[in-house]
Amino acid sequence: MPPLLALRDVDARYGPLRALHGVTLTVDEGEIVALLGANGAGKTTTLRAVSGTVKRGGTIELSGRILRREGPEAVARLGVAHVPEGRGTFAELTVWENLRLGAFTRRGSLDGDVKRVLGFFPWLDGRRAQQAGTLSGGEQQMLALARAMMQRPRLLMVDEPSLGLAPLVVSEIFRILKELNEREGTAVLLVEQNARHSLAAAHRAYVLEVGRVAFDGATDALARNEAIRRSYLGY
Amino acid sequence: MLAVAAIRRPRTVSGWIVPLLLVACCIFLLIGSLQSSLFAQQTVSGLANGGIYASLGVALVLIYRATQVINFAQGALATFTTYIAWQLMSWGLGYWGAFVLTLAIAFVFGIAVELVAIRPVERRGNVLTVVIASIGVLILLEGAVGWIWGSEVKFMPSAFPARAIHVGGVAFSLQDLGTIGISIAAVVVLWALFRFTKVGLAMRASALRPEAARLVGVRVSWMLSLGWGLAAALGAVAGLMAAASPSVLLQPSMMDGVLIYAFAAAVLGGLESAAGAVVGGLAIGALLNLLGSYVSWVTPQLLLPAAFVLMLVVLLVKPSGLFGRTHVRRV
Repeated sequence: MPPLLALRDVDARYGPLRALHGVTLTVDEGEIVALLGANGAGKTTTLRAVSGTVKRGGTIELSGRILRREGPEAVARLGVAHVPEGRGTFAELTVWENLRLGAFTRRGSLDGDVKRVLGFFPWLDGRRAQQAGTLSGGEQQMLALARAMMQRPRLLMVDEPSLGLAPLVVSEIFRILKELNEREGTAVLLVEQNARHSLAAAHRAYVLEVGRVAFDGATDALARNEAIRRSYLGY
Repeated sequence: MLAVAAIRRPRTVSGWIVPLLLVACCIFLLIGSLQSSLFAQQTVSGLANGGIYASLGVALVLIYRATQVINFAQGALATFTTYIAWQLMSWGLGYWGAFVLTLAIAFVFGIAVELVAIRPVERRGNVLTVVIASIGVLILLEGAVGWIWGSEVKFMPSAFPARAIHVGGVAFSLQDLGTIGISIAAVVVLWALFRFTKVGLAMRASALRPEAARLVGVRVSWMLSLGWGLAAALGAVAGLMAAASPSVLLQPSMMDGVLIYAFAAAVLGGLESAAGAVVGGLAIGALLNLLGSYVSWVTPQLLLPAAFVLMLVVLLVKPSGLFGRTHVRRV
């Protein structure tokens, strides 16, 4: 069985600027994998290389299928949900319309999915008609996750879900990610500045340094390794 | 973090001015119409023109919202498809058969124009190149119309009998009433499509945040083509109505003036709002018609400049128009 996601020697560039220098990593089915590293290490770019929102080189395989020139809409149809930094919710649309867009690629009734997703976010039910832009920051982040879950993804990629949010909300978001992973077996690739939270939630982690993988391993081992913790994770 | 959020319009003093202005405008037209039958007739025939401006204006808004580009070819596209309708009718097709078939042809033709002329230059990513491409399409289509059908004025049959109905001593022409009805119906159908269908939702999402739409699997470039198709079909409605109107008639340059009024309607409405373009179109149609018939020194030649002046004033005083939203950018 090939891994769900495998990156081999992946590079990516923004115009002349190279942001990744050969990243190699894998995500297995049912796994939560954290991508850690300082600002500018290439965490976000790694996610963008997978979803096809940046020009990529090297090999990216999704369940053994090599992604070549597939754009983001094609990658989404292959079962990858990407919640970008800054959430990617449609502020001008209603909560319900955002959820409906999450299931855009599927036909048929959405009732089952809506019930499933509202199980994670019960408070969304009463807010269906509310304009997404009028939700609080934490609520918008949760709406973005809910929208991604509507996609019924095999792999959920989440970029900095804790950015700018209150500690309590951040804990709630990580709890939901873990619950999703345990309940539905969805694999999660998580980019996060907050190393403490992500090491607690993830099974394995990769530490990126200037566009390369510097360390990787099980999260408990990384958390115990004082040298790595001090120099890369900053706590 | 850079989040662009469009917040609901705050109800400040200026937030009340727009509805007040509209109510005042309606009251003015209503009282005038009750006072004088000539006024009522002129208002209705102005509203008929306004319906044409409104539907072409909504077509402009449709493309502007999706691509931030004013489609200068919108009028020429409408002319071209109206000639197709004329051709179909002269081959013996009934009016409504030709009407429906023309809308379908216009839809496909709009998509084709987007694929052939707009998408290749849009990929370069400059709004100005797209504008110039649309002007190219305009020139090409006007030339094609003259080449295929000749430049003399043709007679376009109307869907409505040339009678009038009398309500309380006022004669309303069925042509005018029909034009108003069809234009409004076309816009309402389009609105329902955007509001209630999945593909409409995907089109709105593509216009608002193309990157995010692609991440949920929407084929954004197809949505843009579809937008061109719908705009062309709506333009065809405007063209068919205009060609039957005695002040426009079927000729290669028939939509040039109409396009200016439609611009003015869209700008008055705020360029991003279809409802704004409808209100703007109807208001411009009615008020200019009254201006032309009641102010002795305003000759028909002065009405087009008046539309320009209106556009200029709106852009200077309130660039977001009557219905436009102010975008708040949080950095």
